[in-house]
Order: sequence, then structure tokens, then C-alpha cells
Amino acid sequence: MNESAPIRNIGDYVPMVDGPEKVSGRALYTADILEPGMLAGRIYRSPYAHAEILEVDTSKALALPGVKAVVTGADCDKTFGVLPISRSEHPIARERVRYRGEPVAAVAAIDDATAQKALGLITMKVRELPAYFTSKAALALDAVDLHEHKPGNLERDVFFELGDVEEAFSKADLVRQSTYNCAEVCQNQMEMHAAVAQYDAVRGRMTVHASTQVPYYVHLMLSQILDMEMSQIRVVKPYVGGGFGARTETLNIELISALLARKAGGTVRTVVSREETFITHRGRPETDITLKLGMTKTGRITGVECECHQRGGAHSGYGVVTILYAGSMLYAIYDLKNVKYIGKRVLTNTPPCGAFRGHGTVDVRFAFESLLDQMAGELGLDPVDVRRTNYLNAPTFTDNDLMINSYGLPECVDWVERESAWRERRGNLPKGKGLGMACSHYISGASKPVNWTGEPHATVKIKLDFDGSVVVLSGAAEIGQGSSTILVQSVAEVLGLDMSRIRIITGDSDVVPKDNGSYSSRVTFMVGNAAIDAAQNLKQVLVQAAARRLEARPEDIECLGEVYRAGTQDTGASFNEVVEEALKDTGTITVTGNYSTIPESHGGRKYRGSAIGGTMGYSYSAQVVEVTVDEETGVVTVDKVWVAHDCGKALNRLTVEGQVQGSVWMGMGQAMSEETGYHDGLLLTANMLDYRVPTIQDSPPIETGIVESNDPHGPFGAKEAGEGSLAGFLPALTNAIEDAIGVRFDDLPVTPDRVFAAIEKRERALARAAARKKSA
Amino acid sequence: MAQLLELTLNGRPRVDAVPDNMLLLDYLRESVGLTGTKTGCDGGECGACTVLIDDVPLLSCLTLAASVNGRRVDTVESLGENGELSAVQRGFHEKLGSQCGYCTPGFIMASVGLLRRNPAPSDDEIQEALGSNICRCTGYVKIIEAVKFAAQLNAEGTAP
Repeated sequence: MNESAPIRNIGDYVPMVDGPEKVSGRALYTADILEPGMLAGRIYRSPYAHAEILEVDTSKALALPGVKAVVTGADCDKTFGVLPISRSEHPIARERVRYRGEPVAAVAAIDDATAQKALGLITMKVRELPAYFTSKAALALDAVDLHEHKPGNLERDVFFELGDVEEAFSKADLVRQSTYNCAEVCQNQMEMHAAVAQYDAVRGRMTVHASTQVPYYVHLMLSQILDMEMSQIRVVKPYVGGGFGARTETLNIELISALLARKAGGTVRTVVSREETFITHRGRPETDITLKLGMTKTGRITGVECECHQRGGAHSGYGVVTILYAGSMLYAIYDLKNVKYIGKRVLTNTPPCGAFRGHGTVDVRFAFESLLDQMAGELGLDPVDVRRTNYLNAPTFTDNDLMINSYGLPECVDWVERESAWRERRGNLPKGKGLGMACSHYISGASKPVNWTGEPHATVKIKLDFDGSVVVLSGAAEIGQGSSTILVQSVAEVLGLDMSRIRIITGDSDVVPKDNGSYSSRVTFMVGNAAIDAAQNLKQVLVQAAARRLEARPEDIECLGEVYRAGTQDTGASFNEVVEEALKDTGTITVTGNYSTIPESHGGRKYRGSAIGGTMGYSYSAQVVEVTVDEETGVVTVDKVWVAHDCGKALNRLTVEGQVQGSVWMGMGQAMSEETGYHDGLLLTANMLDYRVPTIQDSPPIETGIVESNDPHGPFGAKEAGEGSLAGFLPALTNAIEDAIGVRFDDLPVTPDRVFAAIEKRERALARAAARKKSA
Repeated sequence: MAQLLELTLNGRPRVDAVPDNMLLLDYLRESVGLTGTKTGCDGGECGACTVLIDDVPLLSCLTLAASVNGRRVDTVESLGENGELSAVQRGFHEKLGSQCGYCTPGFIMASVGLLRRNPAPSDDEIQEALGSNICRCTGYVKIIEAVKFAAQLNAEGTAP
């Protein structure tokens, strides 16, 4: 008898596989790369918000001793952009600048001080153009177009009506409309943007180390911008200090560093400042929403009409996708029948926005859950019950053809209701305290890739060699979310091995298979499934080898991880013996695992862009927020948050909790303190004091519940865990404030001065009402 | 102009010539090559560059290198004995006080400073001691757990 058993890790609390490097300071981030003789890159940025470039004079900068290369728009006439349909951005502005801070020139010099000095010697002559800092101003009929091919400064308008919205409103017992404004917010990840470009002039090869979530996209854009064969380019992703969507597209910093390196014939390291990181933010656009809902007196939603305007900034970026998500993701959380959506993505003279965590869904969810709550109140219904009344009946397809297989929202709602003691406590809290709740959801990876190549959506390779070590090769970009840990866990689980036997290599295009990148919460689902596939393929090879070794039939071989045996009486062969046998015919073994999404998950064709929102599995989240409002100062304190997240299956409870808590907290920042501010296009909040990120002292305890709906397509049943809980915080907070002080906030962030002003207004109204009553 | 800087860096005596205007952060990262200490902002906003100067957590981005002459400076690279992780490092690793890891060295050094002066801090004391460090990943919940776990390990004999 052999007592060996397969080792299991799925569902455990597993510390990250790269944690020791991070806590010891050994983890190397892009800015940590030091190479003798490398040059410092610096970018000269436009002081104008909108202007025609007449001349850029870099001659004095170039003459400065120590300056090795200067590049301007004249060095590159190619454009880049994440979406193949809207690549309209030059890495360095040509002919026109469209926002304050847009790169106009760049310098590579022997050190930072020299590069900085050189920037001061660059001058530009321009003819200024009218500039637009709000969606409304840019959409004005007489506004100058920022881009010739985008008349009226409309990057994209979206319209769909599924069902009959007017009829739905006519059948409702209550129809309400409200407007909402959400300020622009930035990811503000802790690592400032950085790139190290090494040009090998002898071989004509370029290597770029970049702080990116999407090494493959960077690879594509480097080839396009440098006009170099992709085979001559290598992209390395070192440790990355957070992403949150700021790095889900190629940034001009990476391209400019490469242009400088090629011109200087050497290595250029560009580490931009926090201010420049804010300017290169690709954050969540300022959004204006008008939302109208119809509801029966039992709380059933009859119809939805939503108009959404996003101030997208000066270039396209992900804009088309963002405005489509805002519409499509109205669906897939509640059972909606009649929905009309009007979306406008607007080009303005502010830094380009992008795909911030919860891409496109967050501000609309804030509006939706706010109005739902308000109407529940008017109808005398409990906010929790109103959500229950509108649950989907999964599995199902939504009216806009989104495929839903697993739906743990009811369990999430039950959990937060119970854990927060909602029934007992809501309405019975002391003055100034309140409870609010809201729900949210998100995709587990966009089912249709941005660049359609016909390849599988994800590919993982595993190498097994004489030493018995199992090496996972993946292009999945570890950015702190724990993707490497999940892949190691998945492979170990399938093979029944201890995780210590598994090593993972990621982030080097010379070594690992291509991956689309870390965005839209795709990695656990897509790459996880590919890793499982690869591990199963390896296991088959090992089972065959074990059968040869043990002179048994493959179907009789049992894999116990460290032991393979033929029947329970067999002492079997050790893993190392099986590996030895397996290598006899082929030498080093590499296996491939793939994953592709199914066509049913690709959305329908009912309106242009309806593929956006399609995914293999939606996560669900519910949360209850408890607040205390100080009516004397307007300061809102979040006392506690209860959140439950349906991630299908928690592959790693530790990292799921970490992701969910991080999401809730990031939602708190957007809801309570974070917003950018501009003066004539000049970013006024380009530091972490003016852009107020919550500190540890501002932050509440977050009780985290995990709901496991076991998605039939997910890896071990898993779905996403890192985005879906962000959006719910915003409305749960304002609903809680409304519960506490009777004032509803439809504009974000809810800062103390806004709360104070609203309380004053409420008091004046109360005083007027009292005076009227007295005189009557 | 440059000055001669004599200090004890991570337990080892060291002498360097440093320009008058060189920041301690740049000295550590660019001159010595101790890149564990991170640059997270344009000066004094985020705490990522926190190091211990004579056991007191201070921001190396607001400290001139020349000003630590004769002092003891400890960075994240100083922690742990015989290759093992220290109590605070284990806390941040095992309790997931670190996700992307970029703010982590700063949080760890601020936490080590806290535990050296107060081996059993309360939640409030932890929050106060870490109040000038920004983390963008964790929501801080697990950072508090990490420090409390480290305090427990410390009480059991593992150095902070």
C-alpha cells in the first residue's frame, strides 16, 4: 500500500508565489534596472491645451554637452492606439497638440540633470486654437474639431432600444428621472510609469522593458511606430507596481524611449514623475448620466432609459469600448426587458482617458443603484427586496444577447443582509448613522479579443525536464493581482503536486507564449483554463510513461501526484521515475494548453458594437456600507463595509479577499475624495496630496464574504474577483448617507464641503417649511 | 560640491563622496544600488521611500544624503537573518499585506520602526504609524493583519 495522495491547493489561503521577492526588496521593477552607461530620457510636454505647432526648436538642447539624442514629432509619422479602428495618436505630437502635457519632444542625456536642463532649452512656436474642457463645450455646434476624422468631436455615439421603453414607462406605477455626475478619476498606481529601451545597433534589435499590463500590445505598437519587424523586437515586463487599467494600452513613454534609444544607439531609461504619471493616466472619464426608470409598485423594473456622456480626452484610446460597456452592462445583473441607451464619447482637450478598473460600468452602476434605491424609498419598499424582485433567472441570455450561466447575486445579497444585520439595524441606528446597499457585476474577460488573429484566446506552455521540475511558461502579465500564483496553483492541482515543484516564467517575449495581457479580468478565466489544459496534457504524457514503466494499461494508472500506480496494491513509480521514463523517447517535454471562448459568449448583432459586454462568466457582488455623518463638519466616516462577491470558485481565498477588499476600497476613493481638477486644461491635482487617495486612517474594516456559484466554464468553476466589487461601493455609500441624513448625493465625489453645503440647504428648507407652518 | 559621507548602511560601515544636493533616496538607489527602496511620488506624498535612520522611519526622498553622516541607515534589504524573512516580512507575505509590492518596502520599514518602539501596537497605533504610507492595492485591511501577525511572531522571538 502506498499512502501517497494528490496534493490539493485550490480553495486554500495561498500566499503569492512572488511574495518573498516583494517583501525583501529583491523584486526588480522597471525603474530598478541599472545599466552602466545608460542614458536618462525626459519628455518635453506641451504647455498649450490646443494649438497648431508652427515650430519646435531643439537645436540648443542638442548642442548641450551630454545630450545624446533629441526626438520630435518629425522623427515618427506613424500613429498608435489600442483599438485597430482608432489608432490616431502620435507618440510625439505632430502638427497639433491637443492637451496640456502632450509630448512634443524628448531628450536622452548622460544623466537626469542634463536631460532636464536640455528640456529647458527647447522652444516651440504655435498658433493657439480654441480648447474644450467639458463634453458640453466640445459638442457645441461651432466647436473646432480636435481630429479631422471625428466631426463634432464625437469619438463615438451609441444608440440602441431593445423592447419598447415608452410603453414600459406607461405601464409603470412610478417613473423617475435623475441626473448624475461622476468626476474623472485616475488609477494612480504606486509605480510611476517607466520604460527602459535597449537598442542593439549592430543587430538592429530593440529590447524594451516596460511597466505594462499588455506586453503583447506594446510589442505590436513598437513594431508599428519604429517600423521594425516584430521579430526584431523583444518586450520584457519586469515586476509591475499596479495597473488598474492605466497600463492596458501602450503608452507614449514606452514608444518615446524606444525612439530615443534607436537614435542614440544605446540604452535609455525613462522614469516619469508622479505629475507625468497623472497626465498619462488613462483613467475613468468624467461622466454625465441622465437615467430614467419605470417601476411597478412591487418594485419590478419595467423600463430603463439611459443617456451617458463621457469626457474622453484628446485621443481615442479605449473610448469606443468604454462608451459601449456603459450601455451593454446595464444588463446582466437584473432582469431588464425594455432598455434604451444613448452614449456619447466626446473628444476634449484633456489627457486621454482609458480603461480604469470596472471599465465603463462603474458610473452607470452608481446612477442605476442610486435611482433604484430612491424609488424603493418612494414606494415604501426595502432596498434589498427591490433587488430581489428583479433577479435574473439563470442560465439565460439577456435581451442584448449576453450569456449568463452562473448567477450568485442572490447569495451575495443574502450574505450582506445577514452579516450587516440589515433587517434589525436599518432605520434603528442613532442620529447621523446610516446603512446603504447596492449590487454590481463585471465580466471575466472580454470574449472577443481586441486584435482578432484567429489564435486561441490564451496559450500556456509547460516544460518538464530531467530535473523533475515543472516550469510554466505564460505571457500573462503579473501586475500584483496574483496571476502567476493562480497559474502555479492550477498546474499543481491538476498534477496533484506540491506548488514548490512548479516554477513559473512570465513577461519575456523571447521566452514565453504570447498573451493578450492583464485587463478585463481575463487572466484567471482564460489563462487559467489554458494552464489547466496544459497540465492535463502533461498528465496524459506522464500516465502513458507510468504505464510503460509499470507494464500496465494507461487507463489503469492512478496519478497520486508524487506517485503513479496501477491499482491500490501497487507500490507504483515515483514522479521522478515517471519523468525519467517519459523523457526516454523525446528528451525535454513541452506541452501546450489552449483556451478559446465559445461563440455564444460573443454578444449578439442587435446593434453596432454589441460584442462589447460579452464574456464567458459574470461575477456578482453585493455590499452594505455603514456611515457616520458629522453634520457640523460634513465629514463622512465609513464605519464598516460588508461585501460578498460571487467569484464562481475561490481558487485562492487569500488573493480573492485581497482583490475584493482592494476593489471596494478603490470605489471608496472615487466615491469620497478622488477627482482630477483642471484650470484651462492644466492638471491641478497631479500629486497625491491634491488627488486625495484614502489613507489607512480613512479606511474601514471590510468584512468579505465569498460566494461560489461554480461557473460551468470557469477554471475549477472560477470567475473574476478583482473588479466587480468596485462599482457597488459608490451607490452603497450615497444610499447610506441618504439613510443617515435624508440627503441624496447624485454627484461624486461626496466631499465634506459638498455634504456640508447640502446639510445647510436642507436646514434652510426645513426652516422655511417651519416658518410657513407657523404663519399658516 | 560634494561631501564625504560616513554612515552605517544595513549594518556595514561605508564611505562615499556625495553631491551636496543628492537625496538619500537617490544615493541608495542609484549610487549604492539598493533598489528595494522605492520612488513613488515627486516628494513626500506616498511613503514608498521610507527607511530607518537610527531606528526612526523617515522619508529618504526628503532627506539629503549628506545629512545622514555618522548615522545608522537601514533599508528593506537589511531585514531577515540567514536568508529567512523577518517577522514583518513574513506578515506582509503570508497575510497578503503586499499585492503589487511597490509600496511594500516603505510599509515594511515603517512597521519595523513601529514594532521596535512598540512591540504590541493596537489597531489605532498601527494606523497612526502607517498613516503617511499609501497603498493602492490592498485597501489596508490585510496590511493591519500583517502587522498584527508580525507583532505576534516578534513576541515569539522572530526579529521584526
